[in-house]
Amino acid sequence: MIKLNINGEARSVDVDADTPLLWVIRDDIGLTGTKFGCGQALCGACTVHMDGQAVRSCQTMAGDVGDAKIVTIEGLVGADASKEGKAVQAAWRALDVVQCGYCQSGQMMSAAALLSENKKPTDDDIDAAMSGNVCRCATYHRVRAAIHDAAKRLEA
Amino acid sequence: MTAHTNIPAAAKPLDLSRRGFLAVAGGAGLGLMVGLKVDPAAAQGAAGGVVQFNPFVKVAPDGAITVVVKHLDMGQGPTTGLATLIAEEMDADWSQMRTEFAPADNNLYANLAFKAQGTGGSTAMANSWEQYRTAGATARAVLVKAAADKWQVAQGEISVDKGVLTHPSGKRGTYGAFAEAASKIPAPTGMAQETPYKDASKFKLIGKEGLHRIDNDPKTDGTAIYTQDVKLPGMLVAAVAHPPRFGGKVKSFDDAEAKKVKGVERVVQIPSGVVVLAKSTWAAFKGRDALKVEWDFSAAENRGSDELLAMAKDAVSKPGVATATNTGDAEGALKGAAKVIEADYAFPYLAHAPMEPLNCVVDLKKDRAHLIYAAQFQAIDQPTVAALTGLKPEQVTIETVWAGGSFGRRAVPTADYVTEAVMIAKAIDGAVPIKLVWTREDDTKAGYYRPFYAHKVRAAIGADGMPVAWHHRVAGQSIFSGTALEAMAVKDGVDETSVEGASNLAYAVPNLKVELTTLKVGVPVLWWRSVGHTHTAHVVETMIDELAFAAGKDPVEYRLALLKDKPRHTAALKLAAEKAGWGAKLEKGKGRGVSVHESFNTMVAQVVDVSIQKDGSIKVDRVVAAVDCGVVINPDVVRAQIEGGVGFGLGAALRNAITLKDGEVEQANFDTYEPLRIEDMPKVEVYMVKSEQKPSGVGEPGVPPLAPALANAIFSATGERVRDLPLGDRKFKSA
Repeated sequence: MIKLNINGEARSVDVDADTPLLWVIRDDIGLTGTKFGCGQALCGACTVHMDGQAVRSCQTMAGDVGDAKIVTIEGLVGADASKEGKAVQAAWRALDVVQCGYCQSGQMMSAAALLSENKKPTDDDIDAAMSGNVCRCATYHRVRAAIHDAAKRLEA
Repeated sequence: MTAHTNIPAAAKPLDLSRRGFLAVAGGAGLGLMVGLKVDPAAAQGAAGGVVQFNPFVKVAPDGAITVVVKHLDMGQGPTTGLATLIAEEMDADWSQMRTEFAPADNNLYANLAFKAQGTGGSTAMANSWEQYRTAGATARAVLVKAAADKWQVAQGEISVDKGVLTHPSGKRGTYGAFAEAASKIPAPTGMAQETPYKDASKFKLIGKEGLHRIDNDPKTDGTAIYTQDVKLPGMLVAAVAHPPRFGGKVKSFDDAEAKKVKGVERVVQIPSGVVVLAKSTWAAFKGRDALKVEWDFSAAENRGSDELLAMAKDAVSKPGVATATNTGDAEGALKGAAKVIEADYAFPYLAHAPMEPLNCVVDLKKDRAHLIYAAQFQAIDQPTVAALTGLKPEQVTIETVWAGGSFGRRAVPTADYVTEAVMIAKAIDGAVPIKLVWTREDDTKAGYYRPFYAHKVRAAIGADGMPVAWHHRVAGQSIFSGTALEAMAVKDGVDETSVEGASNLAYAVPNLKVELTTLKVGVPVLWWRSVGHTHTAHVVETMIDELAFAAGKDPVEYRLALLKDKPRHTAALKLAAEKAGWGAKLEKGKGRGVSVHESFNTMVAQVVDVSIQKDGSIKVDRVVAAVDCGVVINPDVVRAQIEGGVGFGLGAALRNAITLKDGEVEQANFDTYEPLRIEDMPKVEVYMVKSEQKPSGVGEPGVPPLAPALANAIFSATGERVRDLPLGDRKFKSA
């Protein structure tokens, strides 16, 4: 059994230590907002927070998580949402960022992690932080604008 | 159901909704009786008193209006668009609108552009424009009548705003309050005549800014359900080892190691490979990786891309096998022309690479099959599943969920991935529901690519610099030939999708010949966002640019002179040029290029600005697009689709190619088939031409103009022509 802290809840899962966190979150815990896109940390659809840092859950093994606090999209915007999570979600909705939506949990996780470290990111900061999050609908232009918008909401 | 005077409860409403309603909706217009369909179970409260008024509109007691969406939403926004049409006609409040995807039912939910249920060709809003407004207007009419009856007032005295019905006497009510009563009113003959849909001057929602996407909430809190997220009781996840070459077969396999993987339950063989079924996705992947499979390549496609391209190049060096267009005498006019320009072009296979790798859930029982997935072509999938299982089509039910992208990949004439999922379910006799899951690598290597093509154009200008002849040859695989849809698109040996955008050249060229040689290759091909226009627009729009420069004319002015009888092209081109500041002098190292192209009845012009980087690579700084898509239903969705089309076209133009070596696909994941990333995305501005024409599509038309406008911009900065795509690691020097 592996013990994990996901969205503030202690969970025990019966999986091998080399099982990617992504599949533990999706198949064992049943939180499906975190997406499978590439399995190789090349697209960012599976991004979650591990002690506040954006990590690719498809390349994070369940056995390596230890006591780290994991937050998924459900935790980012749920009842215990962080201020960054709330601001990012509000900005995403105000600017109608989503198209197919499949990558957007990962985009929002990366965006919130960026804003928790950098209160006023420039376009270059955004591009650097978000480069690992692929969107085949190419909503990038709005992702950028929404991060600026979320930064403004956090300032207010 | 007893209140249906003179109507046999079971027969008439159904009959009307299937035939009468569609007859109205299909463009026969007003004056036909419109059916009032009441779902018996729903009307009796089984679904919480929700009343279905026609195939497209349901009203709940709490006033929620659910729009039944017949199109797959893969991000292009038809849920928002179709809900807008119903809300507009019902004078509903946007917040009371809900949506659900339609089941597979070719009678009720056919795409009127194809007469078959499916999503594609940028037709979702275009084919639904009258149908959904009629559905909204007639639902409104019976609801208003129910209120009038209750209040004992004339229908015409009741007004509706934001879903609230009011009468000058002070009476007020909601749709929800009258739904039950309205469900008992047979729609009177001529109701549609009495309640035609709104005049454009009265639109409160259509064409207005500020209406947010209806799928914003579930797609920003992790609750939107995609195929990948579906979990049925007892379900096993299936991963398949596919032959590494197209046409390969399983010779033998050893599953001893695979079966040792914790969670693996079964290993079975199906025609398309060897399947590992497991309790979890990860176990299925691990089990699949542990399989040892020997393949039989005796009937496989074993050639490589170099060989295939050489074949296509050879084909365009000779007369085409078929002629798509022949106006005047292009070859004769070329002989005597003042100046001839000849150019060759090459385009690679392209994968759709949706963010969600393909997948499909099947629950197969003796007397039914239930499928859950992002269905894009129900009219093909449903009968295909029926044929595979021996069930009747009506025993095959399809539940559509959100699609994590598609770009055409989920609508397949052979129903490839649906077939694979059903074959897995059959192989285990439907013992448990199964979810077929492809990895990114499976998805990239599975074929159904945008075909590779070679083009050759010889074009001539006269003494005045204007084109006198255009002789164009295309060689590549046919998307439609050999499929069940061949008759739809292949005429006299010409697959329309191989030449569209070239065979109907918009520019006034007196002598035009377009020839096609269709190549046979054992790699399955498919439509890919904007289909034939993905390559024809590049050739046409870069060649016309070459002619403009050869003539010493401004590329915008040159095009306008050749588009005198094309007012919609002209308007889009002028708007894009004006907004982009066309004509301004550029700094050294910067370039600006233009293009205009019609696809799916929509005109899009783009102006692309590039800068040449120190290392000789290209950075796209800004794209200005102007679009004429007829009446704009939701301006922000139009903007989003054109922005997305620009990004989709740019990623492919910069670096995407699927290549084969000895028949094996050389790309696997996003490192070798790398999509556009945020740092590659330019600023995009989208402008819309005002129009009163019926809406046309916006999902695809943003793609074709990008690559040629980019190529023309690179030429303006460097003097070098870009005729082959992608750019790859090609380096440029400022002129």
